[in-house]
Amino acid sequence: MHIIDRRLNPGGKSLANRQRFIRRAKSLIRKAVHESTADRSIKDADEAGEISLPAQGVHEPSFRRGRGGGVRDYLLPGNKEYVEGDTLPRPPSGGGGSGSEGSPDGEGQDDFRFALSRDEFVDLFLEDLELPDLAKRRVVDTEAMTWSRAGYSVTGSPANLALMRTVRNGMARRIALRRPKTEELVRLRADIAALAEDDPKRVELEEELDRKLRRVQLIPYIDPLDVRYKRFEAHPKPVAQAVMFCLMDVSGSMTEHMKDLAKRFYVLLYIFLRRKYKHVEVVFIRHTHQAQEVDEDTFFHSPETGGTVVSTALEEMRRVVSERYSPDSWNIYAAQASDGDNTASDNERTADLLTKAILPICQYYAYLEVGRDSEHFPPGFIRRDSDLWQTYSEICRSGAPMAMRKVNHRRDIFPVFRELFARKQAPAGADSA
Amino acid sequence: MNFINPTAVRPLFEGADWEFSTIQKIHTAVERVALGELGLDVYPNQIEVISTEQMLDAYSSVGMPLFYKHWSFGKQFARHEGLYRAGMQGLAYEIVINSNPCISYIMEENTATMQTLVIAHAAFGHNHFFKNNYVFRQWTDADGILDYLEFAKGFISRCEEKYGEAQVERLLDSAHALMTHGVHRYPRRRHADLRSEEKRARERREYEEQIFNDLWRTVPGKPGAKTDKSSEERRRALLQLPQENILYFLEKSAPLLAPWQREILRIVRQIAQYFYPQGQTKVMNEGCATFVHYKIMNRLHQKGLLTDGAMVEFLKSHTNVVFQPEFDDPRYSGINPYALGFAMMSDIERICLDPTAEDEFWFPEIAGCGDPMEVLRDCWANYRDESFVLQYLSPRLIRQFGLFHVVDDANEPHMRVDAIHDERGYKRIQRALAKQYDPAWLLPDIQVVDVDLHGDRKLILHHRALDRVLLDEQDAKLTLQHLADLWGYDVLLREIDPGSDSVLKEHAATPRPGLLSPPL
Repeated sequence: MHIIDRRLNPGGKSLANRQRFIRRAKSLIRKAVHESTADRSIKDADEAGEISLPAQGVHEPSFRRGRGGGVRDYLLPGNKEYVEGDTLPRPPSGGGGSGSEGSPDGEGQDDFRFALSRDEFVDLFLEDLELPDLAKRRVVDTEAMTWSRAGYSVTGSPANLALMRTVRNGMARRIALRRPKTEELVRLRADIAALAEDDPKRVELEEELDRKLRRVQLIPYIDPLDVRYKRFEAHPKPVAQAVMFCLMDVSGSMTEHMKDLAKRFYVLLYIFLRRKYKHVEVVFIRHTHQAQEVDEDTFFHSPETGGTVVSTALEEMRRVVSERYSPDSWNIYAAQASDGDNTASDNERTADLLTKAILPICQYYAYLEVGRDSEHFPPGFIRRDSDLWQTYSEICRSGAPMAMRKVNHRRDIFPVFRELFARKQAPAGADSA
Repeated sequence: MNFINPTAVRPLFEGADWEFSTIQKIHTAVERVALGELGLDVYPNQIEVISTEQMLDAYSSVGMPLFYKHWSFGKQFARHEGLYRAGMQGLAYEIVINSNPCISYIMEENTATMQTLVIAHAAFGHNHFFKNNYVFRQWTDADGILDYLEFAKGFISRCEEKYGEAQVERLLDSAHALMTHGVHRYPRRRHADLRSEEKRARERREYEEQIFNDLWRTVPGKPGAKTDKSSEERRRALLQLPQENILYFLEKSAPLLAPWQREILRIVRQIAQYFYPQGQTKVMNEGCATFVHYKIMNRLHQKGLLTDGAMVEFLKSHTNVVFQPEFDDPRYSGINPYALGFAMMSDIERICLDPTAEDEFWFPEIAGCGDPMEVLRDCWANYRDESFVLQYLSPRLIRQFGLFHVVDDANEPHMRVDAIHDERGYKRIQRALAKQYDPAWLLPDIQVVDVDLHGDRKLILHHRALDRVLLDEQDAKLTLQHLADLWGYDVLLREIDPGSDSVLKEHAATPRPGLLSPPL
């Protein structure tokens, strides 16, 4: 009997099969992924998660008997009251509710549920997207060290012994110092044995053997000089970090629907940043006529009333940045969601703050104008662009790292997001199904 | 006389922890009981300790240690992993492979008691069954399977490099769809070799020369029609039609397949054939293993090698394994093969040792014979589920399980209880239950019946719809499509009522381009 410990074998034997499966079901999975992100909070939006696929998509067919028709018989355990000849009503077709149906294979038409890992999830989610303007990215926070090989050293731990190098050095030294080889000695001894006792040549050969043996003793096979160890060097691994500012108008005019749209956009942005940066921090700033940094829950759910002064939020952001997130060491992204209202007198100040203080320190500034789900306007009514939209359009035209979009329905969120971050060289609209 | 002083024997282990020496000790103790007292005959054992993740890996490659790559295994893995992580499904305690040496995987999380149980169950119970049962001896090659899988894996990955993953995947999809119809159910006629073939041809010619009479040429008649028919028969005979092993037929006769594609079909077919016995012996295989572990564990406890605590732990898990929910129980999902197999084998033991008058009447040849292990070893060697149930399902057991037989004829307004556990019903219950384990009844009977290779090459298959149960339409369509893809020409599947030979339904498929290289 053998006992073998297989636990140390490399895991992930099924990884290749898994990847094939995911590739196979890609379009289905992609759809499921987008649907499943709807009800997650921002911070755990990119966690691994379970998704479910329609069973038909990855079905493996075979010839098997159908469900209805013909003569079927069932053999069941646990009879209590039936006697031979009793008749029973047929269980409703399709539903396996009653146990007496006894579905022979149990192969239902249920959805196929399985869990995606975080990486798989995000990869599918953000296929073909790219962060704009990564140039300013700074290397900070050298918290991780990686070890890499860096030549040889003469000291080290036995575990790191460079065997090949050591033996090679030894060989070079033995050749240089002409240490007699074992074969030479063997041959010499054989020669001596072959000669007669009183042959004069024998003495000569014996002397040579003595000399060689002495040499062998003096020159060791492996000398401490030969020994080499593999050298490792620690390299600091650069870790980039980013902070994401969520700015939102929470005044009375913002409906739950609008906040929901904004949230979805933030979720996407957060996932996206998480993929590019190891550290992503999120700062929530809400504003009415005054702004305030809050936690996520308050940000989305706590009601607030007041006017709308956008510049306060920008001011608050500037304060937070100067206090905690130095633009030298942080990549700063900001996303602002609003219904577009702003106190008329504030527009100029907002534009000023944005161009002078905010945009220069930001990698990217996204403005999302959320609208009502079903906005109907009487025919002939021309919808006027909002105050904020007009203000921002001008800044945007000047080529600042800024983008702005309007969104009315949640189904638009993902396309808009893709549009904003689509890889530039990719042919437009090639993959935005 | 085997007298053991309980104070002198130390238990094999105490508590739940184990190490490799414990496993060794357990194996030795179990082996002593299994070989010495139960008279089992096993392949050498190889026990491999694996982790949870590796168990999930093994699940997804049908329990084999190595397998070729295909997305469907990834799907299996994802399913099991999902269920496991959600806590909806525990993992098996072991997986055992029908190979020589017999490989049993045991999980590192198992307690020492569970390891004992698993070793008794898999390394001796299943192992004995694999080595001795006639279906396994006839159909599987325990010595060669691992080497064959190694070859298959290598061959398929070389094909992927050479012809592209997509091509191989499509081929495997199609082959997997037909896998259930890729087994030989009966031993094939061996082909005569060339020399004896030639000899027979010469003898035939000589005979024709002997009886040659020029006068026959002058006899008027309609030779055209006659030769036509005989040539049709000859054609079928050459193609070995009718043929129920569809994969075999495609491998040998599909006109457009490339050699590597034929080889892959062959691999899928061989693997299907290797697993074919397992489907026919579920009750017996599990029953044998369960019965063996039950005997061994009790014996070890008797000898003082298991503590009372370990025994209670064992009994709990054993009881779970052989639990049979009743049909109206929400947990019911068919007859539990562990429960049925274990009950039948324990019942045989009882009949051998302590028969009632009823048993004497039903099983005169074994009742009271006194040597249950002899009878059981004979069962394990010479029966499969169907014949075992037909032969040994005792009236007492039918009553104990409360078995009853319900017939559902689509032409009748209601289902009818055809037989219950009473004097009139025993035989019928036996037959009905045996039928459920008959592979010929479980799988639809589909055969390739005709093709004119010199004509339109349309492949014609017949499904003899037993009890007028038709194929699942959606699946039949998809599978037939795969068949057409492999065949390269049109395919027609007729569903036929075996009583009247009338056609109940027809399905047709035309090949999709891409899998085969187009005909010249």
